[in-house]
Amino acid sequence: MSMENHGHHNHEGHHAHHDEHHHEEHWVTKYVFSMDHKVISRQFLITAVIMAVLAMIMSILFRLQLAWPGEKFAIINWMLGDKWGKDGILDPGMYMALVTIHGTVMVFMVLTGGLSGTFSNLLIPYQIGARDMASGFLNMLSYWFFFLSSVIMVSAFLIETGPASGGWTVYPPLSALPQAMEGSKLGMTLWLVSMSLFIVSSLLGGLNYIVTILNLRTKGMSMTRLPLTIWAFFVTAILGVLSFPVLLSAALLLIFDRSFGTSFYLSDIYIGGQALEQTGGSPILYQHLFWFLGHPEVYIIILPALGLTSEIISVNARKPIFGYRAMIGSIMAIGFLSFIVWGHHMYITGMNPFLGSVFVFTTLLIAIPSAVKAFNYITTLWKGNIRYTPAMLFAIGLVSTFISGGLTGIILADSALDIQVHDTYFVVAHFHIVMGVSAIFGMLAGVYHWYPKLFLRQMNKKLGYIHFTLTFISAYGVFYPMHFLGLAGVPRRYYDNTAFPMFDNLVDVNVLITLFAILGALAQVFFLFNFFYSMFRGPKSEQNPWGSNTLEWTTPMANIHGNWPGPLPEVHRWPYDYSKPGVEADYIMQTVPLAEGELDGGGH
Amino acid sequence: MIKFLVYVAIILAVLAVGYLVRVFELAQSLKGKRSEEITEKDNHNMARVMLGLLIFLFGFTIWQLKEYGGKLLPEAASIHGVETDKLLDFNFAIIWIVFVLTQTLLFWFAYKYYGRNNNRASYFPHSNKLEMIWTVIPAIVLAVIIIFGLKTWNKITEPAAAESTIVQIYSKQFDWTARYAGKDNVLGESNYKLITASNELGMVADNKQGQDDIIVKNELHLPVNKEVEFKFNSRDVIHSAYFPHFRAQMNCVPGMTTMFHFTPTITTAEMRAKTGNDKFDYILLCNKICGNSHYNMQMTIIVETEAEYNKWLSEKKPFGAAAATAEAK
Repeated sequence: MSMENHGHHNHEGHHAHHDEHHHEEHWVTKYVFSMDHKVISRQFLITAVIMAVLAMIMSILFRLQLAWPGEKFAIINWMLGDKWGKDGILDPGMYMALVTIHGTVMVFMVLTGGLSGTFSNLLIPYQIGARDMASGFLNMLSYWFFFLSSVIMVSAFLIETGPASGGWTVYPPLSALPQAMEGSKLGMTLWLVSMSLFIVSSLLGGLNYIVTILNLRTKGMSMTRLPLTIWAFFVTAILGVLSFPVLLSAALLLIFDRSFGTSFYLSDIYIGGQALEQTGGSPILYQHLFWFLGHPEVYIIILPALGLTSEIISVNARKPIFGYRAMIGSIMAIGFLSFIVWGHHMYITGMNPFLGSVFVFTTLLIAIPSAVKAFNYITTLWKGNIRYTPAMLFAIGLVSTFISGGLTGIILADSALDIQVHDTYFVVAHFHIVMGVSAIFGMLAGVYHWYPKLFLRQMNKKLGYIHFTLTFISAYGVFYPMHFLGLAGVPRRYYDNTAFPMFDNLVDVNVLITLFAILGALAQVFFLFNFFYSMFRGPKSEQNPWGSNTLEWTTPMANIHGNWPGPLPEVHRWPYDYSKPGVEADYIMQTVPLAEGELDGGGH
Repeated sequence: MIKFLVYVAIILAVLAVGYLVRVFELAQSLKGKRSEEITEKDNHNMARVMLGLLIFLFGFTIWQLKEYGGKLLPEAASIHGVETDKLLDFNFAIIWIVFVLTQTLLFWFAYKYYGRNNNRASYFPHSNKLEMIWTVIPAIVLAVIIIFGLKTWNKITEPAAAESTIVQIYSKQFDWTARYAGKDNVLGESNYKLITASNELGMVADNKQGQDDIIVKNELHLPVNKEVEFKFNSRDVIHSAYFPHFRAQMNCVPGMTTMFHFTPTITTAEMRAKTGNDKFDYILLCNKICGNSHYNMQMTIIVETEAEYNKWLSEKKPFGAAAATAEAK
């Protein structure tokens, strides 16, 4: 970035931080182009928090329009200017752009890059007992590609024709034809460039995570002694490495169709007063390629959240996670099945009905490992001694939303029922609860829980309690009523429903949703304040504040290179020996050798 | 309404700022202690919050069912729609049971087992029996769901009967056109390269089978109790023909033809009587994002008796005759 300035800042950097370091580092390599997993983790987190706030503001803007169509809002004019918010009324094209960028940013920048980038980077080396990632350099590149991709995605708001506006799935031909709408012009090109960079970032990160987990585990850390967080990150990284290249190919073909006159996705089109030459392509091909990534993608989002939750629930219930091996099995089963269910997004594209049946079958199978996970979480709470940290609250919140959202998936997986609710608000409700809210809950739980490792301090618990309670209520408040909209036949991505008398009696529902959305957004102020305030003013954390077993809490409370000042710790047991009978303390760290006759892995 | 929103926003903002200041002060005064340790009192309080959230969740559910339950789509107006509605009810019955059961267990345990200082959690790392139970039971329930679902799906997607009426639904940004296959019940050829302002579907002028085709805009008329086979095409981008009252939907994809067939069972007049709404109309709407006016792409559907339908159709000029008059002019 600002390499020219380094002489100027050089001095300060040395002074402010020399007490923490034996060898002095340039501030540029220390904070900007750092190869340290801890710094990269924080970079991902702070970028993701900023992107999440932007995407949330976008959602409030379009929620205002949906609740009070045609009303004038000064804030819309203030944020979008006269071009897209004339007199405070949202422009229909900008409405679609906001929906599109909200979705893309949340799915990719926040819940994929942000979630995996933050916690895989922070916890993989820490929890497996490694000094850093296998390749610090690739790791650094992974962040900077992510950063560039985020900047480009948002910068589309600054161009004349506005950002991409074909929905986050950007189906061609709509996204391929600049004649189709403003959002398919330069904005769409920026979207494709941004996503291509994002995929590069994700691949660099994912390969690094896999190699690190396989090769850099410390002595005694067998695969069956890994915390479930690491298992989740591991399977997630494999999913990403196998599926993101397919999205890249989809994006490249789309770039060809847009810019070089090919017809991969285009056939027999008449638009803007002329018949196009392209023939023989299929828009459905794009959907197959997109969802071949798109479906694993939802597990790329939710698995890390479930991994974090497993750890947090076990630590704070002071109990071993129930069914450790079954949890690993279900993570792997979910990962495998996620590759053979993509067709359930396409039941009504005219696909062969038999093929549809196959996808119904494979999709509903995923409910089995998911049910196992849910029941295992519930059983972990049973007869626990639950300590309510804000992290624990969000983890339990995740289990609640994961169940609620998962259940409505049964309707959508059933092709005969999908005919009716496909692309309605029922779908919006389903995936926001099961993927959006659950994954955000998992991410917030992770931030509260590992904040002492991220920033060496603790967050304020009371603010955390308020944050959780309001967020939980508003999350259900926003997305629960959307099921009813969907069952009433309201299509998603409509700027305005007033042209349809059949939806007139549902106006109240949209108002209620928007009020809850505003409440939910305000609730995040408690988090943002807590997050930034505690970074500088929070009480300093002790080394193992939650009484955890895992290795990250054996490192000193300082950000040092190589994580452990002395030799790497040696592991002697699985990570879930909480409240083990015969031992006074209610936790036994993984570094404690097995007593004579003691069985590992939950045997006793 | 708008004032109300502003008031709510202001009140919440004030509350938020107030809390922030208070917490800020508390944090300052507690600085000597430097602790965010969770006490038994915190645990107890948050356990009560957990119970409160369970009550909120169920209370909100019941309130919504009462408020919104009656605002959903009216009864299905097609043969297969009645069946999918039954299937939907069956699936929802299972979903409600599991929802109530699991959420109750989750939040009840969260409430009951809050941390006490003199307490110790039980060491219960796994149980093959329990894990077997919640693998096998969901598997059986899902098998039932899959079997019922696929039975219905197979019935819906069977090829249409040979005598069904053929209607093309043609989409473009941002309207619908319907083309009836006419007396021969075969749609005439069309080619997108022939599209002009007066030949919106790109009909091949001298194609024999196309002469009796009837092209209509604005209103789609369907005869009751007669199977209709729809063939969907799109001129520009993907649209989706969504018939919510008939529980039918199919994408319209440029470059290919998709199909769906159903039998309407309730006429518009009957449905008006049933819903007690004399302005009720069936509707076809676009359900796939297709551009800036996606939200306003609709066509009214009129289901009527066969006699009414035939009368309406006979008043329309077939393509051949319409083209001839246009030429004569």
